[in-house]
Amino acid sequence: MPSLKDLKNRIESVKSTRKITKAMQMVAAAKLRRAQDAAEMARPYAERFNAVMSKLAAAAGDAENAPPLLRGTGKDDVHLLVVMTAERGLCGGFNANIAKLARSEINKLQSNGKTVKVITVGKKGRDALKRDFADLFIDHVDLSEVKNVGYADAQNVAQNVLDRFDAGEFDVAKIFFSEFENVVSQKPTMQQVIPFEIDEEAAAESDEAGTIYDYEPDEDAILRDLLPRGVATAIFSGLLENGASEQGARMSAMDNATRNAGEMIEDLTIEYNRSRQAVITNELIEIISGAEAL
Amino acid sequence: MADTVQFDLVSPERLLASVEATEVQIPGTDGDMTAMADHTPLITTLRPGVVRVSGPEGDKEYVVTGGFAEINADSISVLAERALSREDMTQDEFQKMVDEATDRLAKAQETFVNEPGPVDDAAKLLADMVAMGDQIGLSTPSKVPAP
Repeated sequence: MPSLKDLKNRIESVKSTRKITKAMQMVAAAKLRRAQDAAEMARPYAERFNAVMSKLAAAAGDAENAPPLLRGTGKDDVHLLVVMTAERGLCGGFNANIAKLARSEINKLQSNGKTVKVITVGKKGRDALKRDFADLFIDHVDLSEVKNVGYADAQNVAQNVLDRFDAGEFDVAKIFFSEFENVVSQKPTMQQVIPFEIDEEAAAESDEAGTIYDYEPDEDAILRDLLPRGVATAIFSGLLENGASEQGARMSAMDNATRNAGEMIEDLTIEYNRSRQAVITNELIEIISGAEAL
Repeated sequence: MADTVQFDLVSPERLLASVEATEVQIPGTDGDMTAMADHTPLITTLRPGVVRVSGPEGDKEYVVTGGFAEINADSISVLAERALSREDMTQDEFQKMVDEATDRLAKAQETFVNEPGPVDDAAKLLADMVAMGDQIGLSTPSKVPAP
């Protein structure tokens, strides 16, 4: 049985842990709001962009001379997976869930005889996948110095991916991130970015409007201009969703940790009081039996 | 016939403007154009330049780098790669953009030695950028060769 002093020390240490988790929870809550706002503000661009892209892509999709970014390379052998995770841990299952999804995709592709290459964005995903797939890593993007993810960061990642595509290093590119549903639930998501997947819904919607557009310069040139931007936009939305998800996951993880610490303190306090009472009782018995013996 | 159109200017990071406008001047890749209400539906790509919006609430100018614009009879949306309101466009900011374009040109010249396409594109981007600077009265540093 631990001594009174031991118990007291443990209670103190759990208390300071609780202080830290509580503080982290509050910081995460503040950051979550900012991340959500950022994701919110980026939405109009992404929505309109995808609507126009889908419209154009649907029109040009089957053409012989459609750009490779839209049509693909005609092969399906080499897959590039861009796994986007957080730079920091202590956010529940956030990083682990993305890594899990990526891992199952890699296994599936490999068992189908495809070659897989991996670019990791964010340290934690790299650490999680390093044990099994270190030989598949071709690059890593470090965002630990970046406080607020900007479009420029997404552009850098996209440029990296596009350069590799131009060099013929892969046929299909997919990005992995966590979609923010609400504070307690984030959905790990996989999205194909190359070749561009036409959003049927958006395309159908614009068809309903029935507008016939003029294009300047011409459809083909616009498509060529837009497709690389589409990759950057998809990555940017992914990064923003990730940012909000990370803070949401951290907030609920820290909320749980704070609650658990509270329960532990209660239990320890009860144990402490009991043993203190036991010590007092023991002393009384000693005194009384000593007095009786006289 | 409507006199005004809904004008939206969005960049990937945020919505910069969403106002009623009577007239919007857009720097299209093939040349400037002015769109008013009941314009024929049109999609155009942008070159770096100045978007001018005139409306009931007064005139406003925005600096945009590439992107595209979608024009409908009753709405105009400009989706810019990067957009700043004219007042926020400082010499530093401009310098950064020019430097970026210069870098890109250098890189294109390096990578595509035998393909004029990308090099020309990058050179045009830089030239457009410099022209935009002249237009809004920001000087181009001497180290950039005149277009």
